[in-house]
Amino acid sequence: MKKLINKPDDVIREQLEGMQAAHADLLKVNYEPFYITRAGGPVKGKVALVSGGGSGHEPMHGGFVGHGMLHAACPGEVFTSPTPDQMHEAAKAADGGAGVLNIVKNYTGDVMNFEMAAELAMADGIKVQNIVIDDDIAVKDSLYTAGRRGVGSTVLIEKICGAASEKGYDLEKLSALCRTLNQNGRSMGMALTSCITPGNGEPSFEIGDDEMEIGIGIHGEPGIKRDKIKSVDEITEMMTVSIIEDKPYTRKLKEWDFGKNEWVERELTDEPLKKGDKVIAFVNSMGGTPVSELYGVYRKMAQITDKFGLKIVRNLIGPYITSLEMQGCSITLMKVDDEMIKLWDAPVYTPGLKWGK
Amino acid sequence: MLKKDHVLSWINRCYEVLEENRQYLTKLDTAIGDADHGNNMHRGFKKVHIQFETLQDKDIGAILKSVAMTLISSVGGASGPLYGTFFLQMGTKAGSKEELSPKEVAQIWRAGLEGVKMRGKAEPGDKTMVDVLTPVVESLERDVEAGKSLVEAIDQAVEAAEKGVQDTIPLIARKGRASYLGERSKGHQDPGATSSKLILQALRDSLS
Ligand SMILES: Nc1ncnc2c1ncn2[C@@H]1O[C@H](COP(=O)(O)OP(=O)(O)O)[C@@H](O)[C@H]1O
Ligand SMILES: [Mg+2]
Repeated sequence: MKKLINKPDDVIREQLEGMQAAHADLLKVNYEPFYITRAGGPVKGKVALVSGGGSGHEPMHGGFVGHGMLHAACPGEVFTSPTPDQMHEAAKAADGGAGVLNIVKNYTGDVMNFEMAAELAMADGIKVQNIVIDDDIAVKDSLYTAGRRGVGSTVLIEKICGAASEKGYDLEKLSALCRTLNQNGRSMGMALTSCITPGNGEPSFEIGDDEMEIGIGIHGEPGIKRDKIKSVDEITEMMTVSIIEDKPYTRKLKEWDFGKNEWVERELTDEPLKKGDKVIAFVNSMGGTPVSELYGVYRKMAQITDKFGLKIVRNLIGPYITSLEMQGCSITLMKVDDEMIKLWDAPVYTPGLKWGK
Repeated sequence: MLKKDHVLSWINRCYEVLEENRQYLTKLDTAIGDADHGNNMHRGFKKVHIQFETLQDKDIGAILKSVAMTLISSVGGASGPLYGTFFLQMGTKAGSKEELSPKEVAQIWRAGLEGVKMRGKAEPGDKTMVDVLTPVVESLERDVEAGKSLVEAIDQAVEAAEKGVQDTIPLIARKGRASYLGERSKGHQDPGATSSKLILQALRDSLS
């Protein structure tokens, strides 16, 4: 293992200390337990947007804390969901009196930990909702799996919902927006190499020089299938077409029911993209793939979306939801309406995304 | 009888076996997960180990609940809430007792299993820890009902656990991260099922 680290056990703390030192104007790191809030404290009267997940996906989520995006983020160990006490403390620190929306990526651990955390915060009298993000189309069914994973859409949703919170959306309206955006977004990822977690010291899977993994998540896990490597055009075409032609997807996601005072399962069906839809196109590096290659992907992707009659109204290109040093990329297409585009364009000022201010 | 001191040495033994098997469990999780299960379990029980002194003057229920809270706040991942719930339900069932009869031991394991199933919604055959905990609980219940001693019952349960672990190998995972692999999860042993077996073995060790 070759990494710029000291001791593996100290990696998370030291990297957080680095973030604090670099971005003291934007954020404040709490160390016992680990969570990151905005430097200015809670924003009064606005719904606090909180997210979290394993570390190793930087800049997500900690790098998205700041004006126009998250109010707090909870980093777990590398690729491991954070714990309820972190999320609970983060919710308390971020709540500005208008409640908390937890943005939860759909992984068994994240979902269960955030549920326990929401229960703890509710016991303190904080109004909390959890919205689960599940946009990874590589996972086909939800009956025989833990359901689609939360990947690229998460970044776009955190940006758009962050702007909506600044605009004064209440918890219910913000939750509805978050849910709709999740249903509007679809992603797929692929890897050319695996990655090494500091705690583990070895590659998460072996892969030959002439091979690639299709349908990976963001935790260095193998994908749904292994293939011989192809040209960027062929790979991009396969991924983009899979996203566009993805069938309606139905699953049940848990949300808090404020009337019944319990978790309820909501059945949701995502409709496929169709001709004329406006989309945000997001080409993401898994960490090890250079931005230049992402433009190679974007080139082909834009030709295909064009052919299908989709209109790319905004784009995002770069490493935003990564898997340590893994080489590979993911593509996300998210259908948006005019209000969502306005929210996308609204000012954002975080270590990871900055514009309009 | 399972005395309070046994429970304490069980908890301590859990830490030891999870330290010994840290890499092994992580390796199993590398094949069909995200290569962290051994590290997660080790981190949790190390925290329990550090706080071990604070458990000494508690009753069995309070010991187990305290272990649960520590696991919940330090393990993370899927196994944190699951094992947290497991020990929490065990502790709740045990109540303020200072010793447990074989029957009560079976009952707290049953409560733990039901907690895991409630939290994670897994059923036997989904290739998870439930595939070990279920035969373990059934074996314990059968043997204490038949009047076997605690040690005999737990010995049998360890065998059931061993078989349960082996039986996860041909299964296709339907819950947790391994489920994303579909068919590709076949042929691999489930890490969480394996750690469940180790936790039971630790209990066995604490009785000898
Ligand atoms: N829904 C579930 N119910 C019961 N056990 C589960 C469930 N999901 C996962 N597991 C268990 O958790 C283990 C993985 O734990 P761990 O690696 O620590 O968490 P993560 O999967 O979040 O990385 C699996 O091997 C499996 O036994
Ligand atoms: Mg794991």
